[in-house]
Amino acid sequence: MKVVELLRSSSFRLSFIYMILFAGSVLILLGFIYWSTVGYMSAQTDATIKADITGLAEQYSSGGLNKLVSIITDRIERDPDSALVYLFASADYTPLAGNLDSWPKDKPSVDGWMNFEFADVRADNRIFQARARPFTLQGGLLLLVGRDTRELRATQQLIIKALVWGIVMTLVFALAGGIIMSRSMLKSIDRINRVSREILAGDMQQRIETKGSNDEFDQLAVNLNAMLDEIDRLMTGIREVTDNVAHDLRTPLTRLRTRLEHIHAGMDEDNPDINNIEQTITDADQMLASFGALLRIARIEAGGLRENFEKVDLAELIRDAGELYDVVAGEKQITFDIQLDVSPIVDGDRDLLFQAIINLLDNAIKYSPQAGHIALRLYRDKGHVVLKISDSGPGIPTEERENVVQRFYRMDKSRTLPGSGLGLSLVAAVAVMHDAELVFSDSHPGLIAELRFQCFQNNGTSLE
Amino acid sequence: MRILVIEDDTVVASYLEKGLGEAGYTVDLTGNGKDGLVLASTEEYDAMIIDRMLPGIDGLTIVKSVRATGNKTPILILSTLGEVDDRVKGLKAGADDYLIKPFAFSELYARLEALQRRSVNSLDMETGLQVGDLELDLLSRTVSRAGKAIELQPREYRLLEYLMRHAGQVVTRTMLLEHVWDYHFDPQTNVIDVHISHLRSKVDKDYATPLLHTVRGAGYMINESR
Repeated sequence: MKVVELLRSSSFRLSFIYMILFAGSVLILLGFIYWSTVGYMSAQTDATIKADITGLAEQYSSGGLNKLVSIITDRIERDPDSALVYLFASADYTPLAGNLDSWPKDKPSVDGWMNFEFADVRADNRIFQARARPFTLQGGLLLLVGRDTRELRATQQLIIKALVWGIVMTLVFALAGGIIMSRSMLKSIDRINRVSREILAGDMQQRIETKGSNDEFDQLAVNLNAMLDEIDRLMTGIREVTDNVAHDLRTPLTRLRTRLEHIHAGMDEDNPDINNIEQTITDADQMLASFGALLRIARIEAGGLRENFEKVDLAELIRDAGELYDVVAGEKQITFDIQLDVSPIVDGDRDLLFQAIINLLDNAIKYSPQAGHIALRLYRDKGHVVLKISDSGPGIPTEERENVVQRFYRMDKSRTLPGSGLGLSLVAAVAVMHDAELVFSDSHPGLIAELRFQCFQNNGTSLE
Repeated sequence: MRILVIEDDTVVASYLEKGLGEAGYTVDLTGNGKDGLVLASTEEYDAMIIDRMLPGIDGLTIVKSVRATGNKTPILILSTLGEVDDRVKGLKAGADDYLIKPFAFSELYARLEALQRRSVNSLDMETGLQVGDLELDLLSRTVSRAGKAIELQPREYRLLEYLMRHAGQVVTRTMLLEHVWDYHFDPQTNVIDVHISHLRSKVDKDYATPLLHTVRGAGYMINESR
């Protein structure tokens, strides 16, 4: 399975969306934990500092500066490893007491708090963060009360780390899961697609393999197989019916024709009825021809004739058709022009393709006026090989173009001309059978009929 | 000339019997596949006409069985199944020709004659064909009449060659389409007639005796005299 195909698959796209959603929810969840934990902890620190300040303020008001200093010194000495940060300094920031070497250089923010870094003498001068509030006491003395925030920072780091890893892991697992899931789904769909293509190519006997797991794909396969069986049954039915009809209708017609021929053979050349008999035989032949064409179209449309496909040289068919018909065109002084730019080989039914070309050519001659012009071209156009027949006849009005390929449909104008009304239906059926398109357009004046064949490589061979 | 006809439709069968009898053939007729196969494999015939849909054993099986024994008698299959694949199946089974019902007797007769001739002539190495004063050189692919060269298009040459190979026999339009153009298709107009008239203008126009004749209701024939 190709990577591009995998990325394009709908199940992969679905799992990609899930991955994004999942990562998003992990982000929100951890974000909330971060916000609540770190937020709570820093609020706690601030509250402790404030409580400390309140306590010290009380001591200061009751015992004065000495009491304050002794309390601070006492506290630091009693618990040297605590997170307490105190600094008592003179007005010129020279430290007098406390556990900081120097007054921090950072300026306090507007709300009176300051965050700063300091080197801890107790821990080999490692740098730590602290949060504190400075005060100015009587006589310009300065006091800094604060807390070491290393724990807070550590917690913060931990949560951010968890957050990043959480998202990375989510993405990795979701992506891997998505690929595995879409791979197995694609495999099932691929199986169905492969069989469908084979069936489209004409192998009606192909069926989709079932795994027996009775999952959705298995059910789909079972349903499709049932559908194919039904189509196959109907197609066989059509074929049988047409074969039987062909047989049952042709047999009496054969007898009719045989008897007429017999009567004709026994007649004298100067018998006045001989013309009537000949005309009747011609009519019977005409009936049989229409009937044969109808059956042929039905069989082509039922798709059962692809087994005769072989490599066919389109240019050769056109040359032969042109050679067969240029004398007919000559009878009406129609100039006949064949231009073959390419010589493509197609997979097709040689006789039916020839018949289709003949039918188009015959129409072109039939509807072109005396001394008209017919051009036959074979050329390449954007991945198509186009067989184009243009005449100088009256053309087909746009609104009639859909109808002319209908069986027995004849435009009012053409009712007076000979024809069965099946010629273009057969061309259309042959076109469908060869994955080609039958397009009519206007050549001002005249009709352009194009058979556009698909899937050709530059060297002129079919891709299949 | 002895011929075997295996055909279950009594009307067609009796008509064949009558027509072929008048044409000088001795006809053995049966409407049953089983009897047909017995006759085909035990008796000696000059040709066989076999219907495809038969009671008992079907026509294709008979053809296959006959061919399996090494019997090379010309066989013509007669059938209402007229699709190309049916025809291909028939010819693959070993038949020499395939005719679709309904058929004109003249068509059947012409084909039968052609088959006979094919089986007789197939070993000859011919270098030229001649009808009256019309000569066709198969090696140089040139045509002349009364010593005067006639210029022909390649397809006209093939048309004339086919007609001359069957000189004295009726050649039908379908036979010409199948053998000269090598396509099985239904011509929408009388294309063949136009081609014949072109050929006629080259071969017959300036000469006192016409050689290329139209056989009414059947086809064409090239012959020295009618």
